Amino acid sequence: MTILAYLIPISLFLGGLGLAFFVYTVRSNQYDDPEGDARRILSDEYDDHPKA
Amino acid sequence: MTAPLRPTASACPACAAAPAAGSLADAKREQGKAQIALSLPTIHCSACITRIEKALNAHPGVTSARVNLTLKRASIEADPDVTAQEMKTLVEALGFEAHELDAGTLNATSNDRAGRELLMRLAVAGFASMNVMLLSVAVWSGAADATRDLFHWISAAIALPTIAFSGQPFFRNAWAALSKRQLNMDVPITLAIVLAVVTSLWETSLSGKHAYFDAALALTFFLLAGRYLDHRTRAIARSAAEELTALEVPRATRLRADGSEEIVNVAELAVGDLLLVRPGGRMPVDGMIVSGTSELDRSLLTGETLPVFASEGQTVSAGEVNLTGPLTIRASAVGQDTSLHRMADLVAIAESGRSRYTSLADSAAKLYAPGVHILSALAFVGWYLYTFDMRTALNIAAAVLIITCPCALGLAVPAVTTAASGRLFRRGMLIKHETALERLAQVDTVVFDKTGTLTAGTPELTNLGDLPRRDVELALALAEGSSHPLAQAITRAAREAGFAPAPVRDVGEVPGYGTRAMHDGREVRLGRASWIGAQGRAETAAFLDRGEGSPVAFLFADRLRDGAAEAVQALKASGKAVYLMSGDTTPAVEALAERLGITHWLAEALPADKSARIQAMGAEGAKVLMVGDGLNDTAALAAAHVSISPASALDAARVASDIVLLGGDLAPIAAACATARSATRRIRENFRIATIYNVIAVPLAVAGLCSPLIAALAMSASSITVSLNALRLR
Repeated sequence: MTILAYLIPISLFLGGLGLAFFVYTVRSNQYDDPEGDARRILSDEYDDHPKA
Repeated sequence: MTAPLRPTASACPACAAAPAAGSLADAKREQGKAQIALSLPTIHCSACITRIEKALNAHPGVTSARVNLTLKRASIEADPDVTAQEMKTLVEALGFEAHELDAGTLNATSNDRAGRELLMRLAVAGFASMNVMLLSVAVWSGAADATRDLFHWISAAIALPTIAFSGQPFFRNAWAALSKRQLNMDVPITLAIVLAVVTSLWETSLSGKHAYFDAALALTFFLLAGRYLDHRTRAIARSAAEELTALEVPRATRLRADGSEEIVNVAELAVGDLLLVRPGGRMPVDGMIVSGTSELDRSLLTGETLPVFASEGQTVSAGEVNLTGPLTIRASAVGQDTSLHRMADLVAIAESGRSRYTSLADSAAKLYAPGVHILSALAFVGWYLYTFDMRTALNIAAAVLIITCPCALGLAVPAVTTAASGRLFRRGMLIKHETALERLAQVDTVVFDKTGTLTAGTPELTNLGDLPRRDVELALALAEGSSHPLAQAITRAAREAGFAPAPVRDVGEVPGYGTRAMHDGREVRLGRASWIGAQGRAETAAFLDRGEGSPVAFLFADRLRDGAAEAVQALKASGKAVYLMSGDTTPAVEALAERLGITHWLAEALPADKSARIQAMGAEGAKVLMVGDGLNDTAALAAAHVSISPASALDAARVASDIVLLGGDLAPIAAACATARSATRRIRENFRIATIYNVIAVPLAVAGLCSPLIAALAMSASSITVSLNALRLR
């Protein structure tokens, strides 16, 4: 059962990583325009120099 | 909203705290940039986004422009000399509809901090509860001794910080209620969470079998989900309501000392300023007419449909609409002192008289909270007296609290209101107030305002068929040169009937009176009775002088708003009493009441009369729904049990009402009442479902048979059933 000593921290770390990414997406306003973001990816114009 | 373009809350806390207008001014000064917001109601695809963004960014003065498809808005950062009008024409040239939004009003709302905070707490609680649940599954399926203790300790290490962070909204609310010596839903929640964690810690330290860390976390997670749904529903309604306000950009044309014009924000006006109000414009302030003659449409303020004559020396009030000639006015009261704002006092009085409505959730909590505490205390005392073992007694008390904790109750109301509000929003109704749906479900009496609510506020020519052809052709020729609503009604009706204008020369408008022209060497005139020299009539009328005596009358009636007849019919069919109350003249109100089949009506009502009548109805036990749009309705809207105003209403009326009708159509009102009733039925059903779960699980808990597994099953099952039941709403 000593494998638990590795597996539990690993699973917690991976879960925590997911949580951290979610927090990052909330903080960087990625849920402000869900519809627009879903469509923007279809645009064939690639913006090499985003202004902001 | 696209945050990179705006100062975020953390970057500029002072901006968020300052009033909307102030923060915008600050932002402008700081960056030397103008923030412009446009509403783009017709955009729908990725091509729209790229086309508009490309066109806007191509403008030399624009620093950045970004389109938000969800909100159907564009936010533009540009040099200060770039005007919103320029941006608007740019977008309209692409074939999209565009309206300017007052960036000051929107700025204050762009950062939904409370919602973001709740979402964060929800995410943390979700993450922690999933992890602890996994560890608990191992314990339930038979982990023993050192493994079980290890799992319990790891669960504790996850649960404690999570509850300290995620549980804060409940702790704060519970504390606020307790410090006022009241009980609310959050008190049993807090007690259950805290007691569960404390007994579990104690059990774990004694290598005990049962720990409720998973239950405490699942509780927090489900309850936060309910809170978040609730918050989102209200945030959506609020932002849509604010967009309506932002569409009315408060600008005025001020005359400088040398006679030149400048466009300024209404907030910058001072008493004594000279202002120019063009035909079609709304008075920004109270004042006196210095020069010019025109007619004023006062319908939003008083409900009168007949335009009144205005000339030098006459006083005007903010909110009146100038119809025919340009007017120069000297401001006598600005901002908060205008008569428009003084009406707010009347609203405040009416609101204090409104019977305080207890929501279903609150009344459930009032029954529920003491019951839960007494039950768990009894279980504790009973088991303590039976076994004289503190540990067992406390364990059982905690189990009772967790089982009875209003987890499903916390979801019962928000899940239903979210589903119902979403449904009504798609039909064009904006539910602004949290208990508006429940109150709408109780309505048995409906009171309508006339002008602007049942009628569209635009006149319609009624006697076209009775008029000789050459008179109509002459009137059409004269009417086409004017922007007066009656003239436009003649133009519309005559054009639709296929008339062509008679040949006339030298068409000129005499502001405040009518239009004149030369026809076959004679002067012909179209205008008000006193100017033409005709006998005035009871109904709205314009007169045509053919230059040969005996003027011809053109009669008008208010055009019904779309769906008005259907709404009245449907409401009457569902057994509600329908009333009509208006500030307009008796014949006009009577005619409309007859047309719609409304038997009870009241004409020439002052604002105070309306609210007094509605309060009297309320005192007699009627649940009154008030539908109105004007300033004269605001007090009545606030006094009624629940109120609806159309989007075309004055800002003050929309603020005073619980529900805003977004489209021009009145027909959804009756359907909304039905939806509200079925929503309330669902809420009651949800309460019943939650109670059934309790009735089954509580005896187990009191008997000491409840394991953490049963607690987790009961809680998840009841929460999920309640949410699914809410989604059944039609």
